[in-house]
Amino acid sequence: MEHLISLFIKAVFVENMALAFFLGMCTFLALSKKVETAIGLGIAVVIVLAVTVPVNNLLYQNLLKEGALDWAGLPNVDLSFLGLLSYIGVIAAIVQILEMTLDKYMPALYNALGVFLPLITVNCAIMGASLFMVERDYNFSESLVYGVGAGIGWALAIAALAGIREKLKYSDVPAGLRGLGITFITVGLMSLGFMSFSGVQL
Amino acid sequence: MSEVKKVLFGPILSNNPIALQILGICSALAVTSSMSVSLVMCVALTMVTAFSNLFIAVIRSHIPNSIRIIVQMIIIASLVIVVDQVLKAFAYEISKQLSVFVGLIITNCIVMGRAEAYAMKNGPIMSFLDGIGNGLGYSAMLIIVAFFRELLGAGKLLGVPIFETVQNGGWYQPNGLMLLPPSAFFVIGLVIWALRAYKTEQVEEPEFTIAKNSRSQEAL
Repeated sequence: MEHLISLFIKAVFVENMALAFFLGMCTFLALSKKVETAIGLGIAVVIVLAVTVPVNNLLYQNLLKEGALDWAGLPNVDLSFLGLLSYIGVIAAIVQILEMTLDKYMPALYNALGVFLPLITVNCAIMGASLFMVERDYNFSESLVYGVGAGIGWALAIAALAGIREKLKYSDVPAGLRGLGITFITVGLMSLGFMSFSGVQL
Repeated sequence: MSEVKKVLFGPILSNNPIALQILGICSALAVTSSMSVSLVMCVALTMVTAFSNLFIAVIRSHIPNSIRIIVQMIIIASLVIVVDQVLKAFAYEISKQLSVFVGLIITNCIVMGRAEAYAMKNGPIMSFLDGIGNGLGYSAMLIIVAFFRELLGAGKLLGVPIFETVQNGGWYQPNGLMLLPPSAFFVIGLVIWALRAYKTEQVEEPEFTIAKNSRSQEAL
């Protein structure tokens, strides 16, 4: 249990998806102008990560890993090269299913997230979490905790950036830096701040 | 001919994928601490963008609109698998350094964005050139960032010492900050500033302007 808690804290702060690994940067920069949209997108990312990482973990452990097809009488088959294709397929399918389910049973949440759900398929934070899960060989419960933690970390970062940008628009920025340029520098400073967590040993 | 030139070289300065279209930023930040790794990444990404554009343009009129994202994803993912396997076979060290970022070419928005915005509407040859052009724009940015980060951070270029560092008895005190990821943000931010100072039409409109003649007290 302790191990899982420290994994969670590590995924949220020390190995923050957005500010330590720079994943999901495109949406992170493009959709962080308002706090409201940022929080909506953040929640969508948490949900999708919490579902896709464990599912991809099951897929990897039971089908793709070297020797995983033992139960089918094929102990020497190594399908791990198909990993990339299957993970992205799973992600695209789950996002689609999630969209349809939300539309039918939770229209309020669907309307809040609607626009962002399709975008999430191409958010590298989702794919990145699955790939890190494979690289570090997590088991099922670890991958669930990691997925939720990584999502919350990302949501936290985008909400914080949106808060800063809402204030920043009242400041007098040099013409060439306006918009994207100053956002890059702001994120750099935030990321320096988050580096202070990297000394935390868990 | 001018059309070809525009498609091929436009993305380098006037329509740069990173500096203007906000596409493909993740990998630009994470792999740029050394020149050799970023060069490999540039080649890989340019190849994937060009060929995915080509294949998608060839079958564009046969793709049903409702499942086009999945079809594009499968083409892109297959190409990335090829790149990944080639790197593992011929450049294992670099493939280890790139770690998950080769796989993340799949979700690199440049590939997807160009497939959606250009290859679905244009012929195969022009789409191929558009892929190469955007790959070049991305590469230009990556190489500039990697150049400054490796030179100032380690005093080396492509692993060859340029500035003799203090540890090796030279004069240059390496700036460790440049090797840390946040410095990539600062370098890209400054490059964008330089680019927009040169191409002033890329400057963004301010969202909020302080009213004329207001005293500083009122402005607060």
